[in-house]
Amino acid sequence: MPNLKDLKNRIASVQSTRKITSAMKMVAASKLRRAQEQAEAGRPYAERMGRMLASLAANVQDSGNGPKLMSGTGSDQVHLLVIISSDRGLCGAFNGAIVRESRRQIQRLQSEGKTVKLLTVGRKARDQLRREYGSLIVETYEDVGRRKLSFADADVVAQKVLAMYDAGEFDVCSVIFNKFKSAISQIVTVQQLVPFAVEAQADEEAAGAEAKAIYEFEPDEEQILAELLPRNLSIQVYRALLESAASEQGARMTAMDNATRNAGDMINKLTITYNRTRQAYITKELIEIISGAEAV
Amino acid sequence: MADKVEFELVSPEKLLTSQPVDMVVVPGSEGDFGVLAGHSPMISTVRPGVIDVYEADRVVDRVFVAGGFAEVTETRCTVLAEEAIAVAEIDRGKVEQQIRDLGEDLEDAKSDDEKARVEAKIAVARAKLDATGATTH
Repeated sequence: MPNLKDLKNRIASVQSTRKITSAMKMVAASKLRRAQEQAEAGRPYAERMGRMLASLAANVQDSGNGPKLMSGTGSDQVHLLVIISSDRGLCGAFNGAIVRESRRQIQRLQSEGKTVKLLTVGRKARDQLRREYGSLIVETYEDVGRRKLSFADADVVAQKVLAMYDAGEFDVCSVIFNKFKSAISQIVTVQQLVPFAVEAQADEEAAGAEAKAIYEFEPDEEQILAELLPRNLSIQVYRALLESAASEQGARMTAMDNATRNAGDMINKLTITYNRTRQAYITKELIEIISGAEAV
Repeated sequence: MADKVEFELVSPEKLLTSQPVDMVVVPGSEGDFGVLAGHSPMISTVRPGVIDVYEADRVVDRVFVAGGFAEVTETRCTVLAEEAIAVAEIDRGKVEQQIRDLGEDLEDAKSDDEKARVEAKIAVARAKLDATGATTH
């Protein structure tokens, strides 16, 4: 027969676990709201930048000598993957999904005979990829946007990518991150950053008739584009980070919600066992007393 | 002056202003330009400087931007700013201190690359200081 005291301790410990998980869920929910607001606030800039780029690109492509960030290096031998994960765990499959997709990409690229370099954001991706692909990791960033994600954080990553590109250290750059769909669903997304694919964005953002207007450029297109493209890279990284931050909180909220529910179920089960055991003890004692009395 | 132009000021982190105004003067990298309704479509880079917002021939708002891009269409003027702060909120003392700090950084700078970056920062801070000067005089 199980020990009553042990059962009681067990219940108490599950109860305190439940308290923690439900508090974490609440924290994640409020952080999620903030992250969503921030993502929302960043959208106008990205939209307008997309619109400007689309009209610029349309002009430059005609002349056929776009800057390197757009046209690429003419080779696709070296790939740089920017992998965005979180610093902390306890957020369900969030980091697992990112790492799995990253592995898949790395294996695919390597089987094609390409060279792969990695840039990880967040502690979790680094920890999980270090053993297998440690030699591929160029740089890792931690504690990005610990308090509040700022554009400057994204800029640091983007500048590193740009510096590497200028130094000819890679040909193609993609970012792997969790795209926020809803609190319970995040989609692992691979997005190409360099060379910048204008078409994809043109369909989405600049479908309006305005995009077709003929613009004057001051200074000329190439110069504006040369300034706009690095800026756009920072924006893309920033957006990926924002999406990832919102996804992380969403994933954590869901994970903690499940954990809280599981803890509740467990408490119920344990309580039933506890009560049964208690009754069994009482019955046993009664039998002992009665049979003792009868024997006299 | 019945027609208004929709003025939008956007930073990477949020949409700062979106309002119909009579005219805006934007510090383009090739010279300031005023935007009225019906301006021909244009895209320009923006140098560090002050955007003046006009309402019925009077300046109602002055905003400092640390560079960026401007897109003008017939009905709209969108400025993508890297950093934007209302001129009235600039703290002269702080900016002066910042320039001094940056001056020290410049002396410490090792590579040309680093030097260029610090110099760009100083230019922004100087422009900021000029912006405040224009309002006090």
